[in-house]
Amino acid sequence: MMPTLDFRRDHLFVAVLALLVIVGFFLPSWMRFLIQTAMASGLVALGVMLQMRAGLVSFGQGLFFCIGGYAVGLLAAKAGITDVALLLPAAALAALVIGLVLGLLLSRYREIFYAMLTLAVSMILYGLLVKAASLGSTDGFNIPAVSYFGFVPDQAARPDWSYALTGVVVLAGCLGALAYLRSGAGAMLDAVRENEIRLSYLGTSPRVLVFVVYAVAAVLSGLGGGLWAISSGHVDPEMTYWTTSGQFVFVALLAGRGSVVAPVMAYFLLELLRTYALDIAPNAWQLILGSAMLAVIVLLPRGLWSLVARART
Amino acid sequence: MTLKTVLAGTASLCLIAGAVQAQDQEPITLGIPVFLSGAASGPFGLPQRNAAEVIIAELNAGNLPAPYDTKGINGRMVEANYVDEAADAVQEYRNMAEREGVDAVVGYTSSGNCKAVAPLAEELQQLTVLVDCGTPQIFESVVTDPTYLFRTGPTGTIDSVGAARYLVDTGVDMSEVAGINQNYAWGQDAWADFTGSLIALDTGSDIATEQFPQVFAGQYGAEISALLTSGAKAIHTSFWGGDLEAFILQAAPRGLFARSAVVMTTGEAAMQRLPNEIPEGAIIGARGPYSYFAPESELATWFRDAYEKAHGQPPSYPAWKMAQALLGLKSAWEKAGSDDPAAIAKAFENLEYETPAGTVRMAIGNGHQAVQGIAYGTYKQDADGNPGVENVIAYAAECVNPPNDTTAAAWIEAGFPGASCN
Repeated sequence: MMPTLDFRRDHLFVAVLALLVIVGFFLPSWMRFLIQTAMASGLVALGVMLQMRAGLVSFGQGLFFCIGGYAVGLLAAKAGITDVALLLPAAALAALVIGLVLGLLLSRYREIFYAMLTLAVSMILYGLLVKAASLGSTDGFNIPAVSYFGFVPDQAARPDWSYALTGVVVLAGCLGALAYLRSGAGAMLDAVRENEIRLSYLGTSPRVLVFVVYAVAAVLSGLGGGLWAISSGHVDPEMTYWTTSGQFVFVALLAGRGSVVAPVMAYFLLELLRTYALDIAPNAWQLILGSAMLAVIVLLPRGLWSLVARART
Repeated sequence: MTLKTVLAGTASLCLIAGAVQAQDQEPITLGIPVFLSGAASGPFGLPQRNAAEVIIAELNAGNLPAPYDTKGINGRMVEANYVDEAADAVQEYRNMAEREGVDAVVGYTSSGNCKAVAPLAEELQQLTVLVDCGTPQIFESVVTDPTYLFRTGPTGTIDSVGAARYLVDTGVDMSEVAGINQNYAWGQDAWADFTGSLIALDTGSDIATEQFPQVFAGQYGAEISALLTSGAKAIHTSFWGGDLEAFILQAAPRGLFARSAVVMTTGEAAMQRLPNEIPEGAIIGARGPYSYFAPESELATWFRDAYEKAHGQPPSYPAWKMAQALLGLKSAWEKAGSDDPAAIAKAFENLEYETPAGTVRMAIGNGHQAVQGIAYGTYKQDADGNPGVENVIAYAAECVNPPNDTTAAAWIEAGFPGASCN
């Protein structure tokens, strides 16, 4: 079975996600926080998924997650700019600029070389941040409470606001990714994966397509990192460590490539599984997580979304 | 029936009701985040969990010596809920506070995690006792007006200040000094405090070389060669866990310990594991008056014996820190005499209480940060090959900690104003 090429009806699933986000608002606060961080991280996994559609595995998506997080953190904690109206665009812009520069280099590479180079670049940032004692090195630093278009919610209402912000931005990110996948540049990603030579022969540059997908994924990941930083109130270099990037790849695999909402939902499922595994087996939670991952890979090689896709056909 | 009998009857009824109530009370649940996986689980997480198990079981049985000989905490039994600190600290903290509804959180070793959860403790009004974490920033810049957050472990500042003082006081040649520390926040802070202390003590030292290998690198051949050829007479390291053991195993055969005075601020944790490999004369610290450096007391002897009986080996310093956190919570809770978190927090502020490692005073950070003294000594095996220390010098809390209104960095830079050492 081919993976989904047709994203014309995917906005229905974004609507379903919007409904779930609204339902989530009324859940207990710990669960709501879990949904919030899963949505922010899910946006990064969505960036990985977009690249996977072109047959490219980014093992360093944590780079942009971290750039987004540190952009928000530096502006809020060091420069005193605490309004989300400036913070999130700054996170996206910082990720975009770095993405455009690195994209020039990375769009020339494919397969394992692409994976290793993305990994290498993200670990360079990790190394730099660890050496930066003024930024707290591995301890990172805390981010003060943010304001929303000039409005400063009081302490009790802060979680409501940051949840709503995350929900709106993540849904917008999904819609943006959807618009991209439905455009020519997005639809041709599959062609890059299937047969690059034929694509060139038809007059399209695969390099430009890869450059674009890398930049789009960078922006989504930067936004995800910015949201995550606002949610957790703390950033540290772990955000760009390879295990964090590996988790995004894993979630993208777990989710499958069939829908823009799949990575966000899969991230939530993974977080849910993790927190209960921690509760049930504090000494062996990784074992539970690993077994679940293995089971999905063996039983559902096209990811969890293949269950939904199968139900539709 | 006289009035007297009625009164006596009522009083005894009340007593019985009170006793029944005490037994029926819900147990106190503690969320205990410690490293149960990863590189920090062996040297820190496991001794901390083991100590928590011992202290909680013995508290519930009422087996502790005075002043902790009452059962449980404030008459209620204690239950522990262990969580792996290696998972997302913020998420799991929220889960403990909001899903599990624990009465108090007692744990955390990583400074990064302490910084991340510190503002949450105040936001969620969750009674929280940080057990370890080296950074002095918690009450200096992260939470400057604390109510529910406490740290019963002293800051990492005392390790470096104490190490510098010990080297000077034992007459080590300080003309050329070198350091080898892990290249992350802990190692960078420890080395900065140490070199700052040397300036404060006016040793006139030259820094021969400063080595910052990657954390968990495991191989230090090149760095040890650099230290050997640097000609440094005194060497400082804040290595811990597997890195510390690797360093000892690789540096001792090359004669680094014979050529220079090497001070290992966390060396105590390696003594049980490498009793024959640590060269005699190596300078050992325990990040406070713990373990071999603990002042003799009934409580210290009891803790050593109870821990060794339960887990087969003596407790290393992280275990002592966990015991100290739990006993601090018990002291504050019983001083408050109430289960109201705000009342307990109020009672905890500026508290002075007894621990296996002597008296702890919550003296800085507006009464939320503990101060303790520190001791260093040189490694020595006794005739039976048991590890121990000699030439111990203990420094009082006032000698190695900044006063309440000063940050550690500013205090070191200003040359230890207000320090009183005997």
